[in-house]
Amino acid sequence: MLARGACQRAVCRYGDSIIFPPMPSPLKCSLCPQPATVHLTQIVDGKIHKVELCESCAQAKGVTDPNGFSLADLLLKASLNPGPSAAGLRCEQCGATAADFKKQGRFGCPRCYGTFQELLAPLLENMHKGVTHIGKLPRRALARKSLYDRLTKLELDLTEAIKGERYEDAARTRDEIHQVKLSAAPEVPPEKR
Amino acid sequence: MTIADLLAAPSELTDTASSKTAIVLMTRIRLARNLDGRAFPGRAKAAQRAQVLAACRDALATSTPMRRAASAAVEELSDLDKQMLIERHLISRELGGSTGHSGVVINREQTVSVMINEEDHLRLQVLRSGLQLKKAWAAIDGLDSELEERLDYAFSPTLGYLTACPTNLGTGMRASAMMHLPSLVISGQMERVVRAVNQLGLVVRGLFGEGSDASGSIFQISNQTTLGETEEQILQRLGSVLNTINEHELNARAKLLETDAHKLLDKIGRAYGILQHNHLLSSSEAMNLLSLLRLGIDLGIFPAAARAVVDRLLIECQPGHLQHAAKGTFEPGQRDVLRAGLLRSEFANFAKPDFMVVGRN
Repeated sequence: MLARGACQRAVCRYGDSIIFPPMPSPLKCSLCPQPATVHLTQIVDGKIHKVELCESCAQAKGVTDPNGFSLADLLLKASLNPGPSAAGLRCEQCGATAADFKKQGRFGCPRCYGTFQELLAPLLENMHKGVTHIGKLPRRALARKSLYDRLTKLELDLTEAIKGERYEDAARTRDEIHQVKLSAAPEVPPEKR
Repeated sequence: MTIADLLAAPSELTDTASSKTAIVLMTRIRLARNLDGRAFPGRAKAAQRAQVLAACRDALATSTPMRRAASAAVEELSDLDKQMLIERHLISRELGGSTGHSGVVINREQTVSVMINEEDHLRLQVLRSGLQLKKAWAAIDGLDSELEERLDYAFSPTLGYLTACPTNLGTGMRASAMMHLPSLVISGQMERVVRAVNQLGLVVRGLFGEGSDASGSIFQISNQTTLGETEEQILQRLGSVLNTINEHELNARAKLLETDAHKLLDKIGRAYGILQHNHLLSSSEAMNLLSLLRLGIDLGIFPAAARAVVDRLLIECQPGHLQHAAKGTFEPGQRDVLRAGLLRSEFANFAKPDFMVVGRN
């Protein structure tokens, strides 16, 4: 049973949608110039946010489809407004730009999270309960990360050894690098970066 | 096993043995996962999508839950197959409409489905009838851990599982329950419930307002946020809210019986009559009538065993299932005739209502 006190204290950052019935209104759709017929109201942190949509945008966004509708996505797109510094960013791996993110509300690849960090940070605060993951950890991905870190260190050691003309050390480090690479080989090789 | 075999078999939702729960029809948990170093499906080129599809299908084929699963590329599915899978909640509309190198793998029992190259590389889903958040989590956690042994997930120690849309970031988990809340709708309390649920960071899906019980008074309640809490915390929060809503629905039923019994019994009795004698029935009207029958079962007017029949019909009166049963493609108008026929024959031998059990007549 949920304690009532807890309900009231719970922080609601990203509340939810209340869909009101269509009514005649001179308001324009938030996404296109059509007159809005669907009015969404969301309560975020006790503040009321409204989104107006026309029939076809509502349909396209899945507002009329109880299974596929995510107001979070919609508001995300509406609130995205990258500053001048973030606007010029481009992901090295997939080529996605800040404008792409603004338009689609989706990133292009996992690397985008690093590239668009600054753009994302303020959004995450409003979107989620916290900004740090405290849930499940994938053992394998973490093991790979630690291998990667070890490899980086070994490669540094190798460069140092060669520079210092310590060729025995260099040979040993090179073998070790070879071993680490073998054990780290994923079944699905990542694309060339 | 093929998708066609699967569609010919009863699903978790249509399974007659599983409909024991009155208010929560179904629990679902989904996890969004992506492979590291690869563009998300929305941005990936055809060749990249093909690689991801092959890698994920291979990894799934060797996992314990999916060993004897049906697996298909979306292109191999007919429109009707896709529609039926959507009606059974096994794939999303988005996957159904996707073009090129998307796929789905569904276990024999139709309790686990995995969509490949939907919005994310992998969307794992576990579905259970009734309220079973813990069991559903245990099942999906197990599958996820097995897949993780074989696939390199995109994961950040600070941000968690990286997803195409940052609204799914962190746990990548969306847990939801499908609830039948006719009394809250009839007594006009649904909007208040939605507001209260929103305050707790949960989402209620379902259109209401004009003709507010258009969807058979069935609502989906799920978590909105995915980052900053553990999976267990999210499930616990959802679970306690579901219990509270459950109680509110039961209270609303008691109140309706106390203050407006004739009106409520009249609705149920008329629904029964229409289901027995109708000749044209739209999908939404059918949902509303079946919803009232289901309420009648919960109140003891019809025997509890009938709930399984109603739950099966809620799925079977959907356009995809109707056309599959009639072996053809039919226009909406023709479907209304088919739907009426199906329900007439099902209700010809349905248990008679006993209105005395609620103490009035």
